[in-house]
Amino acid sequence: MQPLQLSAYTLVSPLGAGLPATLEALRAGRSGLTKCDFLDVDLDTCVGRVAGLEDHPVRADLATYDCRNNRLAQLGLEQDGFADAVDAARQRYGRERIGVFLGTSTSGILDTELAYRQRDPKTGALPASFNYAGSHSCYSVADFVQHALDLTGPAMVISTACSSSAKVFGNAARMIRAGMCDAAVVGGVDSLCLTTLYGFNSLGLVSTRPCRPYDAGRDGISIGEAAGFVLLEKARVPSDPDAILLLGVGESSDAYHMSSPHPEGAGARLAIQAALNDAGLTPADIDYVNLHGTGTRANDAAEDQAVFNTFGGDTPCSSTKGATGHLLGAAGVSEAVISALCIKHGLMPGGLNTEHIDPALKVRYLLQNRQQPVNRVLSNSLGFGGSNCSLILGRTTKGAGR
Amino acid sequence: MKVFVEGAGLVGPGLNGWQASLPVLAGTAPYIDAAVVIPPGELLPSAERRRTGLPVKIALAVGCEAIANAQRNAAELPAVFASSAGDGENMHAIFEMLANNGREVSPTRFHNSVHNAPSGYWSIATKSMAPSTSLACYDESFVAGLVEAATQVASGGNAVVLIAYDTPYPAPLHERRPISAAFGVALVLTPDQTGNSLAMLDLGISRQHKPCSPMTDSRLEALRMSSPAARSLPLLAALAGRTAGNICFDYVAGNRIDVAVQPC
Repeated sequence: MQPLQLSAYTLVSPLGAGLPATLEALRAGRSGLTKCDFLDVDLDTCVGRVAGLEDHPVRADLATYDCRNNRLAQLGLEQDGFADAVDAARQRYGRERIGVFLGTSTSGILDTELAYRQRDPKTGALPASFNYAGSHSCYSVADFVQHALDLTGPAMVISTACSSSAKVFGNAARMIRAGMCDAAVVGGVDSLCLTTLYGFNSLGLVSTRPCRPYDAGRDGISIGEAAGFVLLEKARVPSDPDAILLLGVGESSDAYHMSSPHPEGAGARLAIQAALNDAGLTPADIDYVNLHGTGTRANDAAEDQAVFNTFGGDTPCSSTKGATGHLLGAAGVSEAVISALCIKHGLMPGGLNTEHIDPALKVRYLLQNRQQPVNRVLSNSLGFGGSNCSLILGRTTKGAGR
Repeated sequence: MKVFVEGAGLVGPGLNGWQASLPVLAGTAPYIDAAVVIPPGELLPSAERRRTGLPVKIALAVGCEAIANAQRNAAELPAVFASSAGDGENMHAIFEMLANNGREVSPTRFHNSVHNAPSGYWSIATKSMAPSTSLACYDESFVAGLVEAATQVASGGNAVVLIAYDTPYPAPLHERRPISAAFGVALVLTPDQTGNSLAMLDLGISRQHKPCSPMTDSRLEALRMSSPAARSLPLLAALAGRTAGNICFDYVAGNRIDVAVQPC
């Protein structure tokens, strides 16, 4: 692919609001997971919760979009000068030439979950305050962000469970290549809700402890919430040596099972290879792999095979979900932003909470942070329905197009 | 963006498949509203099929019909799924369970709740490991899917199947999101003309303030307005009637998607 430049990026996650807080937490090896105190949830589990959303409604002129998911989106847009960077891009390209492509799995359905507790006892009707289009609707977050940033280009939501906000990078690349827009705001927002907490619990996939990816005793995920955004545009020529670029996107399907990964990671391996092909790179060109690494027995075992069979056992790998929890529809962009920080600051973050690496797993899993130059990162996102996406981010185009 | 339509599939009230609906869509037979009939799929084992909801059944049915009409192998085609919402019946059942004490969400209901459930079942049923995406764009979901599929054809240089579907919510959500008809449509899009090509489409985005293309028949126009996936009807009518013309779709943020249709 023709590389795209990450002209601006930002993240609000359980690690904190904005890039400085995120980097500080990664360097300190601090996890954002705490015992679940979300609403009246009665599950023994840990969550990665973003503080303060309850007290910060969306701005008054967009009040019809007020819900936890869009509040989280707004908090994300307010960090790291992201909205200013979009303002500058709007001046350069025009508001109709910038797309908005965002991932979410559950959008604002928390509002509907709570509205179902307040149905009219006689008619069954939902309370008058409930607004479907501004909250529950799958498209709501892209609609909100497009209005909040005063953009009028193409827009959509991708909802492919846990790969959603990785796949949007591919959408943006195709839209820019096709001339439908000149730049794009991509990202993802997913927020805590009862459906995912009780749903993953029903599948036996929720740990009682902070999740332990790649641990021999790993027993499930911790669910988190996050908003991450990236402003993508064509890389300047000659490219800025410090610019972080999107070098490749690879997508595939498992064709195996709705909620279990292909046991040999066949689909994940296809996505990884497709990303390498898209970037014109070989496995040896990748310095660090940010694993999907959810902490379930099945995911980590399957992904391990896909990564080991592609990269062998020398490439440093880790999952940052011990720090953030599983951010579901926001996982892809969150880990892309973390990967960009790794490249910018020469950091390979060690996986948190993991005590004894599963001897059956073969990749080189980091438990301690490493400070060294990182030029290219591959980040995996693997979701329900067998939806896989791998992204390659890098500092320069050197080596691309071979 | 130029793409060719090679095959189509259709399920809607009174529209029982693409071939059977050609006279109605072309305006040579009257449209008669009738219950939606979904042809029994052979892709999924019957036990698996029983666990799926209406959107999955519709998506698989129209996808299979379009692929068969195009004489393609589904396992080789990337797929774009477009729907304004997921499985409304399933979500309603989950919301009722969560509102009650106990909050027992069944594992099947949960994995069927993801927006990409039809995509997942499609991949399993067709054994396709090709990329597949699932998008939402409220009332503009069909045309957003058409744009996404066209960009995939342009980027990859290969055929892509677009599958758009929407189904009604039960009460009480229906009152807040009144989709009144179950509707599904699939189109196989290709980069080059083949012996099976029905028409060439040339897509573009514009900000001209003009009304979107309606259906001339008032009952089909009512159907078009009843479901986001049925917004496809003017394009389907042009394909069925083998007539050249320009179809204008409403798109996000005051944009229009113009589709110039040239029969092959």
